[in-house]
Amino acid sequence: MTAILEIRDVDKHFDISGSFIDQLRISHGKLNRKKTVVKAVNNITLDVQAGETLAVVGESGCGKSTLARTVMRLYRPNKGEILYKGERIDNLSSAKMRPYRTRMQMVFQDPYASLNPRMTVRQILEEPVRFHNPGLSRAEVHDKVAEVMTQVGVDPAWATNYPHEFSGGQRQRISIARALVVDPEFIAADEPIAALDVSIQAQILNLLMDAQEERGLTYLFISHDLSVVEHISNRVAVMYLGCVCELATAKELFSNPKHPYTQALLSAIPKLGGEAGNHIRLSGDVPTPINLPTGCVFHGRCPHADERCMREIPMQRTLDNGTIVACHGVEEGRI
Amino acid sequence: MDKLIEIKDLRVDFALRAGTVQAVRDVSLTINKGERLGIVGESGAGKSVLGFSLINLISKPGKITGGEIIFNGHDISKYTYEQMREIRGHHISMIFQDPMMTLNPVLTIGTQMKETILAHMDVSEKEAEAICLDKLHKVYIPSPEKRLKQYPHEFSGGMRQRIVIAISLLTSPQLIIADEPTTALDVTIQAEIMDLLLELCETENMGLILITHDLAVVSEVTQRIAVLYAGKVVELGPAQEIISNPKHPYTKGLIAALPQMAGGKKRLNQIPGMMPSLLDMPKGCPFEPRCTVSLGKCKTEIPALACLDGGTQAACFMCEGGK
Ligand SMILES: Nc1ncnc2c1ncn2[C@@H]1O[C@H](COP(=O)(O)OP(=O)(O)OP(=O)(O)O)[C@@H](O)[C@H]1O
Ligand SMILES: Nc1ncnc2c1ncn2[C@@H]1O[C@H](COP(=O)(O)OP(=O)(O)OP(=O)(O)O)[C@@H](O)[C@H]1O
Ligand code: SF4
Ligand SMILES: [Mg+2]
Ligand SMILES: [Mg+2]
Repeated sequence: MTAILEIRDVDKHFDISGSFIDQLRISHGKLNRKKTVVKAVNNITLDVQAGETLAVVGESGCGKSTLARTVMRLYRPNKGEILYKGERIDNLSSAKMRPYRTRMQMVFQDPYASLNPRMTVRQILEEPVRFHNPGLSRAEVHDKVAEVMTQVGVDPAWATNYPHEFSGGQRQRISIARALVVDPEFIAADEPIAALDVSIQAQILNLLMDAQEERGLTYLFISHDLSVVEHISNRVAVMYLGCVCELATAKELFSNPKHPYTQALLSAIPKLGGEAGNHIRLSGDVPTPINLPTGCVFHGRCPHADERCMREIPMQRTLDNGTIVACHGVEEGRI
Repeated sequence: MDKLIEIKDLRVDFALRAGTVQAVRDVSLTINKGERLGIVGESGAGKSVLGFSLINLISKPGKITGGEIIFNGHDISKYTYEQMREIRGHHISMIFQDPMMTLNPVLTIGTQMKETILAHMDVSEKEAEAICLDKLHKVYIPSPEKRLKQYPHEFSGGMRQRIVIAISLLTSPQLIIADEPTTALDVTIQAEIMDLLLELCETENMGLILITHDLAVVSEVTQRIAVLYAGKVVELGPAQEIISNPKHPYTKGLIAALPQMAGGKKRLNQIPGMMPSLLDMPKGCPFEPRCTVSLGKCKTEIPALACLDGGTQAACFMCEGGK
């Protein structure tokens, strides 16, 4: 297997200090300028292998969307490198980035917000085809769109309808069609089924898996539904406060979670026909990414934290089973 | 067993310009004292409207157009707004998905809790404060004395929902209706809130109606499950039985579609199509257009709930026949 995407030591921070005046603070009788920075993604290193589905899971606000958007170059990283098929893309100009905009596509959670309400489905789907293949004739563009619509299960006869005339599930099919219509290699899907009903989720997941098989696609798949993640992904990255705390094959992660956060997360999943009450209880709340904790970002809620955890940032280490974990307790063999 | 609330042939309509939406259609359900019932179903099935209708909080132009809601021997579906306030204050509490539906952003939680107590109970200011602390303690809010002086925005989403639960406990209600109380929260927080609700129902002998689209959650927390489809109860039975031995084709499809039911296969079992528009209901069984085992009769007649083995009831001609 070769890596299609390499993420190296990437940071993405947002400066939310506002205007110069907003930044001024008086402390100890002096006027200071204070910046407020959200450290959404911190020092992430991750490879996505060609043809795999790599899932990213973690609590709300842990930086999953920011990571995906940074990879897609909707944001520029503050630090680190991103390589697509061995070429650096993190520092490319918009013009140089253009060929990658067909090879890399994104699908969002809310198909309503991401589809232009004033365009018909045909216009929504034809626009990217024309833009990226200026040489195609009208008929060829038309055929391409009809073919993809059929593949995602939306009758091409409905191409003249507007997004609001479709149900949520159909709209998500259309936004998947929009991603597929330019023949991408890589798709970042950010919670693509979160807004859909269970009975519709299965339809969309099957569609994504079929498209992957037919087209050899690679997915970066963000979801908070861990049973879905277990089913469709090859590997899983668990994030907490902007950091990857564990990276493992789906099989290892779900049968043998190593990091204390992963263990708590998995124990919290409600089980069909299971019994409530035997969840690992984490103390405290998730700290804000504005003031990151010292040492291990999880230490404030971790049942195994000790003095070293409060002081020293744990490094990623590869275990015998191939799982990568960043935890002092695991390294010291006490977890 | 003692009945807590009995819903009989309840109908709720929304008269819209485009036509009448029958959001709840002839629903009958009974909940016993201290019992926990789950209501599941997809978006638009009528779960929230059903929950709201029990305490007369349906949004306009929604109206109860038929049936009865018997609570402690009285038909509360005919109550005036004032009479209903009494019920909501003392006997039935509601927890919403968004805690800010209950909390006032400009008042400290101490003020809000005390107001509720003083409005409904004859106690001194001091006693009221003691009750607040006791309830906050019950929902595991650390250092409640300090927390009483804080405003809702100073709490995380999970803590806000715990405070809402504490508020709903203030008047020791007999029934809590919780509409997707954890949908906006992370799984770790969701698990805490569900454990808490379950524990409180058991220790205080409270009834619970838990509305959610998450089958796994209801199966962990409730004893019985009602499956709602297009405004109708299509299946009702013991939670374990519904999960392990569903009878109605919709329930079967719903459970089979879960990834853990794919049985080693990559492809998931999917239910074709989608729920019909409530403005344009099929004449017969509402699930008929998506059903893979339907009979001729399903197109023209509406099946009624019928008792099957395992203590389940299902509204399906196939289940009746194949029983
Ligand atoms: N454009 C932005 N400007 C400022 N802060 C941002 C921006 N985008 C995200 N953040 C902050 O960065 C952090 C990570 O956000 P992100 O949306 O990546 O989380 P997430 O893991 O996708 O969460 P969710 O599961 O809720 O979608 C959050 O604290 C968020 O408030
Ligand atoms: N204020 C309203 N005006 C018109 N129709 C309404 C209104 N509120 C609800 N409805 C209709 O009643 C039906 C049931 O809605 P309800 O909110 O109970 O669904 P639900 O099962 O709670 O769905 P969800 O899972 O999305 O919360 C919907 O199809 C909707 O069209
Ligand atoms: S490094 Fe320490 S605090 Fe962090 S997860 Fe491991 S044991 Fe817990
Ligand atoms: Mg996100
Ligand atoms: Mg609802």
